[in-house]
Amino acid sequence: MIGEVATKSSRHRAEGTARVRDEKPWWDTFPWWGVFIAGVLAWMAFQIRTQDDYALAWERIIPGLSLTLVATIEAFAIALLLGLTAGMGQLSRNIVVRNVARTYVEFIRGIPMLPLIFTVALILVPETSDYVNQRLDAWFGVTYKLSFQMRATVTLALIYGAYMAEIFRGGIQSIPPGQSEAGRSLGLTRRQTMRSVVLPQAMRAIIPPLGNDFIAILKDTSLLSVLGVLEITQRGRQFSASTFKFREGYFVVSFIYLCLTLGLSLLLGVLERRMTRDRKGER
Amino acid sequence: MATHPESGTTSMISLRGVSKTFDKTIHAVVDVDLEIAEGEVVVIVGPSGSGKSTVLRCINLLEVPTEGYVTVDGFELLDPKTDIDHVRAEVGMVFQQFNLFPHLTVIENITLAQRKVRGRSRSEAVEVAMGQLTRVGIPEKADAYPRQLSGGQQQRVAIARSLAMDPKVMLFDEPTSALDPEMVKEVLDVMLELAAGGMTMVVVTHEMGFAKAAADRLVFIDEGVIVEIGLPEEVFSNPKHDRTRAFFDKILY
Ligand SMILES: Nc1ncnc2c1ncn2[C@@H]1O[C@H](COP(=O)(O)OP(=O)(O)OP(=O)(O)O)[C@@H](O)[C@H]1O
Ligand SMILES: [Mg+2]
Repeated sequence: MIGEVATKSSRHRAEGTARVRDEKPWWDTFPWWGVFIAGVLAWMAFQIRTQDDYALAWERIIPGLSLTLVATIEAFAIALLLGLTAGMGQLSRNIVVRNVARTYVEFIRGIPMLPLIFTVALILVPETSDYVNQRLDAWFGVTYKLSFQMRATVTLALIYGAYMAEIFRGGIQSIPPGQSEAGRSLGLTRRQTMRSVVLPQAMRAIIPPLGNDFIAILKDTSLLSVLGVLEITQRGRQFSASTFKFREGYFVVSFIYLCLTLGLSLLLGVLERRMTRDRKGER
Repeated sequence: MATHPESGTTSMISLRGVSKTFDKTIHAVVDVDLEIAEGEVVVIVGPSGSGKSTVLRCINLLEVPTEGYVTVDGFELLDPKTDIDHVRAEVGMVFQQFNLFPHLTVIENITLAQRKVRGRSRSEAVEVAMGQLTRVGIPEKADAYPRQLSGGQQQRVAIARSLAMDPKVMLFDEPTSALDPEMVKEVLDVMLELAAGGMTMVVVTHEMGFAKAAADRLVFIDEGVIVEIGLPEEVFSNPKHDRTRAFFDKILY
């Protein structure tokens, strides 16, 4: 039954495109920018393959890729939890929870990323871990140390958690109140209604902007370089500084980021199109 | 309670001195007393904004009264010790806008609360759901999504969804008002059958045919106050109050 609907709607879409072509020439709607960017990327790849300096830069920088990706995924995962908690917290009946969540969101969103990273990594984490370590040492005889990479990742997560809180809150609020009223009048608890009725519907409004945030986090992991974390940007900086080949270094850095972000937005586009197609006219 | 048909028996629903004020100034419901016996069908009518929905929603606490007491099946709803989710499972509610869950199929709509609230197994819940779908006449739509159904079919699914919980009371808030005229009957037929089966029902509707056929009592509300209450025929053929007469003059030709 679902398959049937899907094919039907894709046929409609095909007709729709045909109509547009009748009205406008094909070169008017063709994504030329995509061709242009693909061309630039191909040219960049060619440079890296054929020129020794670029190849050297590539060799030195690409090992940072795994750190960049790990930091992105970690920060995204933590931000997701923070965002969901703070987003729902803002809608809580409990006045304390509501205000704590709101304070977190407003506070974090009001500070630029760079000073926040320094504050958390160089002041907040050392001071709290000094205290916590004292206690841990006294009680259990153990201590811990948070690496700079982890500190910066947590900061990124704190920041994006605040942005995501707004995404979650908006998504939840976009669901008509009749939905939770129907759930509650069937005897479902608030929690069950949220989980089984509201959130699944809200996800449709939530997933696309979350995808954009994933890409934004990926780019912002470059800020980890200010703490000396050896991700892509930091490796690019080191390579350029030690060899004075700035052009090659930053060329390769940009190339890697472009490949990642463009690839991800293509993927996101496909996902979004599939979601709107499957769910068309659902409400 | 002058016209209580079975005075002496305990009420299934009891509203005593119920008032609801919104934003400190909007008096949606004012000092309403209403006793409804088990198996009774009560139809509520009144002008737009007169407080019909609010009265209904006080019965399952979708609105919390600002004053008064509400008892359903012996549970004092405003007592903090009462588990409201437990009571709500016994009180089905059907909305003007259907409010089916659009991300779930018909069968999933009907089994969700059975499983989560009643703790039934999947197969048991599906069996109950299919039984209710057959009762409302659309078992073949089990795997459809709500958007694939007509308004009348959606409303019947909504009724089946409530009935699957084996409620003791059913509340209807203008269940046919959002329907195209040709679909009104299919929904009313289901409701008539339900009434004939002895379900306790409170129905906000302007379908006077339904009131005549099924209602034990008709309640006329205006400006949040119960103006008149009695046998349906009596209330609309022989209203005692000018306000009631003016209202029926407008809706009956
Ligand atoms: N959540 C709310 N906040 C503020 N005012 C409300 C709210 N709900 C209802 N009201 C007001 O309370 C009064 C009664 O509303 P209610 O919905 O109960 O009327 P009704 O008789 O059901 O009307 P209708 O026939 O239009 O459905 C109206 O004046 C309405 O504007
Ligand atoms: Mg109403």
